[in-house]
Amino acid sequence: MSRAERAQSTGQRTDQRTDQRTDQRTDQRTGEQAGRRTGPADGTYARTPSPLWTFGLLRSELVTTFRRWRTLALLAVLAAVPVLVGVAVKIETSDGSAVGGDGEGPAFIAQITNNGLFLVLTALAATLPFFLPMAVGVIAGDAIAGEANAGTLRYLLVAPAGRARLLIVKGATTIVFCLVATVVVAVSALVVGALLFPLGEVTTISGTRIGLAEGLARALLIALVVAASLIGLAALGLFVSTLTNSGIAAMATTVGLLITVQILDQIPQLDALRPYFFPHYWLSFADLLRDPVHWDDLLRNLGLQGVYAAVFGSAAWARFTTRDVTV
Amino acid sequence: MAPFKSDDNATAGSPTADGTGNRRGGRRKAARYVVPVTVVGVAAATIGLVPAFAGSGDPDLPKITAQELIEKIAASDVQQLSGTVKISTDLGLPDLSGLEGSLGAGGGADGDEGSAADPSAKLPELASGTHTLRVAADGPDKQKLSLLDEASEYSLIHNGDDVWAYDSGSNEVYHATGAEADMQDGAEDGAKRGEEGGADGKSGVVPEDVPATPGELTEEALKAVDDTTSVTVDGTMQVAGRDAYKLLIEPKQAGSTVGAISVAVDAETGLPLKFTLTPASGGAAVVDAGFTKVDFSAPSAATFDFTPPEGAKVTEADDLEAQAAEERDAGQLPESDEELAAGLEDLGDLEGLKVIGEGWSSIAAFDTGGEGLSAAPSGDGDLGGLLNSFGDEVSGKFGAGTVFSTRLVNVLITDDGKAYAGAVTKEALVKAANADR
Repeated sequence: MSRAERAQSTGQRTDQRTDQRTDQRTDQRTGEQAGRRTGPADGTYARTPSPLWTFGLLRSELVTTFRRWRTLALLAVLAAVPVLVGVAVKIETSDGSAVGGDGEGPAFIAQITNNGLFLVLTALAATLPFFLPMAVGVIAGDAIAGEANAGTLRYLLVAPAGRARLLIVKGATTIVFCLVATVVVAVSALVVGALLFPLGEVTTISGTRIGLAEGLARALLIALVVAASLIGLAALGLFVSTLTNSGIAAMATTVGLLITVQILDQIPQLDALRPYFFPHYWLSFADLLRDPVHWDDLLRNLGLQGVYAAVFGSAAWARFTTRDVTV
Repeated sequence: MAPFKSDDNATAGSPTADGTGNRRGGRRKAARYVVPVTVVGVAAATIGLVPAFAGSGDPDLPKITAQELIEKIAASDVQQLSGTVKISTDLGLPDLSGLEGSLGAGGGADGDEGSAADPSAKLPELASGTHTLRVAADGPDKQKLSLLDEASEYSLIHNGDDVWAYDSGSNEVYHATGAEADMQDGAEDGAKRGEEGGADGKSGVVPEDVPATPGELTEEALKAVDDTTSVTVDGTMQVAGRDAYKLLIEPKQAGSTVGAISVAVDAETGLPLKFTLTPASGGAAVVDAGFTKVDFSAPSAATFDFTPPEGAKVTEADDLEAQAAEERDAGQLPESDEELAAGLEDLGDLEGLKVIGEGWSSIAAFDTGGEGLSAAPSGDGDLGGLLNSFGDEVSGKFGAGTVFSTRLVNVLITDDGKAYAGAVTKEALVKAANADR
């Protein structure tokens, strides 16, 4: 993004925020701002904003995030991955040969030609190691640091959002992005798969068969699990974002940490530590396609993401609520 | 977390507050980091303590003698079960799985000989690392054994006359029927488990059963029980949520590398639930196989149904055998896979094999017929050099030789081409070689 563009988008964003917040502010907190600044030391206030205010803030935050060109570009790249995979498989198998016969390539790629539904799984398996978490890292890293960088953080805090509340809203937006990004990949893959390949009964990786409807339900569940797998990274990115005033630095740090941890996860000598790395169980989503479903690693993955979210979420809170916001 | 309270604290820490406020604010700031640290602590404590508590309650079971327990294992007649088995093997061998994989892939690229779903290519994988298996059985005709890989699964399904093997990673199917299926009982034993002494799988297609489940491993261990062994009941334990007796098998003789074998036997059904082989040298178990989940009700019938998915490459056992025979005739291809798989058992057919000693410390001695490894001029073969780098040079009355060690089995190859192998220490091998002269 060029400097001019950024300046422009920042300007727009500030305007937008100010507009929306002014509306809500007028009836909810007239004249309270001055009182807040010099507020009573025991922390009591005459009025607290209604809970709806949080939803207003969340809505405004979601609109701002998903209207950004950067976000749309990230989603477009993610949507392009299944198209690429689908077309490549189609071209390679057009002469009747099999693809990935030796078990090479992303998981499930050998099954795509027989059932387009497997393109959803292949696309998720192909994007989960890097594309998806990178996109989440960008959004999460930008959450607080980007505002500080653009000089809009002060304005947000001047509004009676409260720091913890603002952080919660930022975290919720990041998690919504995790879900949207995953769903974009899955839906794009489903559309491409249905267009290029036949759909039908699904053979689970245990060799049993399930109907197409159950197959679709499992694919949806897999998309949800993949989205949940990204929560740990989202919390980590949010924490990094509270440490710095530079959005770029926060994004780079988050994505750098992701790559570092993924490399460490490949080192056999770290066997004792590996189960505690957040990407360790990422591919466990495939266990949903076993028959019966093998829950052990899936639950471990979700638990691990929960622990990461709790640790880095509370660390982000500790940092953000105590730091001096000067920009 | 009330947002306004936090704002207030932030204000207290701000430069507008007086000196006292600053210090108090600083402390409050630090206090906030107690929350994430506490979360880490609680998580670590949970991870560390829950398994410890879960394993602490040894069940109270009536006393039983070792003899009764062994009879109980023999009488065990479990026809229906489903469960998850975790098997870890650590023989102390260098991890060559990657190398093996790339070699296999290279071979596969040449042509379409063999199949990734061929059991003889797949089951030896169990010999190293940690694997999760699923077993299901419903009577003698229906068994299923699945090897769970990351994002793929290898299933071996025996249903009546058919034996199917399906490798989801490569989408390849291997199929054998009728008489052949019977011959494959060896491999199917994994799922069969409850059955006593399944047919001897002497088929050339499927390797002699790779013991994968606690039951099979126990069977092997009990075969070795004789008067050189002490067998005791060593209390009780819980395995996969079931009460079990612990059977401890220890070699009495010195010189064996086997420290102890402990088997957890289900108190109700007599089914071995967990098998652990610890080396005499201490450290982690060499083989540790146990149920993590077990259910003795009948698995659903659909578990054993298999229809090859559309587009999957199906290899028929008949075709494969014919092809192999053809290649053998043409002298193109040594049956390297099968030879490897037959492994130690082939040693039994070697000319001039003799067994020194008895029981656990018995040593197999044979003439390799060739020059010893070290006899090869060092500049000649890289392979010899490579092999020597794995081994230790030893010498004694017998001359000089090289000992190749794993955590369980040691092999001594002398410079004049004699080989001594056994689950015994290096010293015992040298002693045997000296005595053999």
